[in-house]
Amino acid sequence: MEKFRNFIYLFILLMLVWLALTSSLEPQKLAAGVIISLGVSLFTSAGYLGLGLPSPGIRKIAYSILYLIVLLIEIIKANFDVAYRVLHPKMPIKPGIVVIKTKLKQDIAKVILANSITLTPGTFTLDIQGDNLLIHWIYVKGEGWEERAQIICGKFERILRIIFE
Amino acid sequence: MHLAGLIITGIGAIFLFLGSFGIFRLPDVYNRLQAGTKCTTFGAFFTSLGVGMMEPRWFWKCLIIAVFILITNPISNHALGRASKKSGIPLCGESVVDESGKFEQDNDIK
Repeated sequence: MEKFRNFIYLFILLMLVWLALTSSLEPQKLAAGVIISLGVSLFTSAGYLGLGLPSPGIRKIAYSILYLIVLLIEIIKANFDVAYRVLHPKMPIKPGIVVIKTKLKQDIAKVILANSITLTPGTFTLDIQGDNLLIHWIYVKGEGWEERAQIICGKFERILRIIFE
Repeated sequence: MHLAGLIITGIGAIFLFLGSFGIFRLPDVYNRLQAGTKCTTFGAFFTSLGVGMMEPRWFWKCLIIAVFILITNPISNHALGRASKKSGIPLCGESVVDESGKFEQDNDIK
């Protein structure tokens, strides 16, 4: 079942990339795209078994779109944050390296969380080991890992847990 | 549409400039990576999106480039940061906390 699901996901992804690259809906090009995507996803979908991709559902798709919107807002905030710190004459930085824990189980969810942390204001992920994330923070706030995790990735983790539960 | 593309490309270029300015001003490698990743991701995203808006035929291809940048840029950043940490580059003098020792020792932090 999981293999079939990965096959479908990979097929949809390859087809979307194909549509964007050819940017046309001619039957000939479409047919070529379908054949190539089918072949590639048949032969390579077994390689994605360990990722733990979630089963689809309307609620999960809605939360994925919400996640993207939240992420885009955070990226824009992150850039203004960096611009403020760089242009400020005194450079208000208080950097440090902190360790936080995550409750997410699947590898793919941890990767998405780590990438999101890197794109959000003031933090980036240096390393992951098991549940622990090593994070460099340009302006350290809070005490203890629970409070810090709440500040760094609270909303992302909440949405990801709904998507990957 | 052409004008909108120009404006968006301009915004991207401004943020790319701020990123390079940050690399110039901030004190150590980790803080420079902060400025580097965030501003290059956003700047390159907006620059390629603006090019796509100026040339509508290229729009979807530019969107693919932008999405790939958004996915791969943080990963290269992890690789650089992790390599600097593992090779023992120290934090700058302003740093207030360094818990990386705790991370190396045991997997059960408090």
